[in-house]
Amino acid sequence: MIRHLGAASRDEVLAVLDTVMDPEVPVLSVRELGIVRDVLVDDRGGVTVVVTPTYSGCPAIQVIERDILAALAAAGFDNAKVRTTYSPAWTTDWIPDSARAKLKAYGIAPPGTVADNGALVQLMRVRQAPPCPYCDSRDTEIRSEFGSTACKSVCWCRNCRQPFEEFKAI
Amino acid sequence: MTAPAPSVVPVPAPRPKALFEYLQRLGDDRLILGHRLSEWCGHGPILEEDIALANVALDLLGQATIFLRMAGEVEGQGRDEDALAYFREAVEFRNCQLVELPKGDFAFTIARQFLFDVYDVVLLDALTKSTNAELAAIAAKSLKEARYHVRHSGEWMLKLGDGTEESHRRVQTALDTLWRFTGELFAADQIDAELAASGVAPDLAALKPQWESLVRDVLDRATLTTPNDVPRLPNAKGGRSGAHTEHLGHLLAEMQIVARSHPGATW
Repeated sequence: MIRHLGAASRDEVLAVLDTVMDPEVPVLSVRELGIVRDVLVDDRGGVTVVVTPTYSGCPAIQVIERDILAALAAAGFDNAKVRTTYSPAWTTDWIPDSARAKLKAYGIAPPGTVADNGALVQLMRVRQAPPCPYCDSRDTEIRSEFGSTACKSVCWCRNCRQPFEEFKAI
Repeated sequence: MTAPAPSVVPVPAPRPKALFEYLQRLGDDRLILGHRLSEWCGHGPILEEDIALANVALDLLGQATIFLRMAGEVEGQGRDEDALAYFREAVEFRNCQLVELPKGDFAFTIARQFLFDVYDVVLLDALTKSTNAELAAIAAKSLKEARYHVRHSGEWMLKLGDGTEESHRRVQTALDTLWRFTGELFAADQIDAELAASGVAPDLAALKPQWESLVRDVLDRATLTTPNDVPRLPNAKGGRSGAHTEHLGHLLAEMQIVARSHPGATW
């Protein structure tokens, strides 16, 4: 299929990317997570999707790249490429409010804003544990900064007495 | 019309060979320490800690991948990150000796991690100002993760040092054993000097006081004694020039055997 690409096609590509879900948090698209940084369409119709990894070692990034190319190919963009950028470094501050609501509905406490006093070595958490995504109680605690994936920490709700995950602010 | 005078004096870029060497140092520290941490997988003292160490290992492995990929591109001989990780001999590895020591007990692993993590945040913070834009971008990304790591290892230093008699004894013993290996972290050679001259890398010696002060602050709070012997190179030439302890060869044998037994295998 031959596509005539212009400004309108860039929107088409973005619409396709809205359907590519993160493999580990399947309620959010790769755009909502802030992984997609740009879409470039050259004058010969070549599409390049610029992505940035969440964490350096995120094992999902290869799956994400494959999923993006597969979705674009299915939509007729056959020769798309994925390019990785590291700057600016990914931050959870890019996740919009609408996506945060989806995270909460999925049972993952959304990230707070990135708290940073600038100190390189900052021991002892000063931040509050997030409210429970199930019962909204604030009677919660952080059990571990490290969870089932690099992007999540493990919390406990004293009110409904169950563990929950938090998308950690970084 | 005359051209405007340049606002900054252009600095000479380092030789690709020097940059290649330097990127291997950054990559290999992370690859080898990440491998040592991964040895705890399934053996952590509690489930949360097992997962935490695996998470940190994964971050370090990811960073190693990025640095070694860049190293391969700079070298220009067609070697990618896998070729560098799996098909170099021990003498070709450029990691410091600190990271290759066996994992020891939990106190040893945490003390080593803490000493490295503080070095890592100090170094990466300085590298965010590198004149090499790609290196500065990777450093900025890695720094976010490294600050998470040092909070984890630093909090454990407080818990173990200011914990029970047994935990205090074990972590103090680990510190005393590890201390002499920290000298190598700040021992600059010609490669470091060349990269510092071009603004690609920081002056290592200048980072040392910052490292020492951050380390001492936590050790004091943890009621631990900072070893007072002058840190010195474990060998005349250290890991940066390929002189390693006998432990690295054993680690590589385990890490490389699948790739070497089945070269080119995919899944």
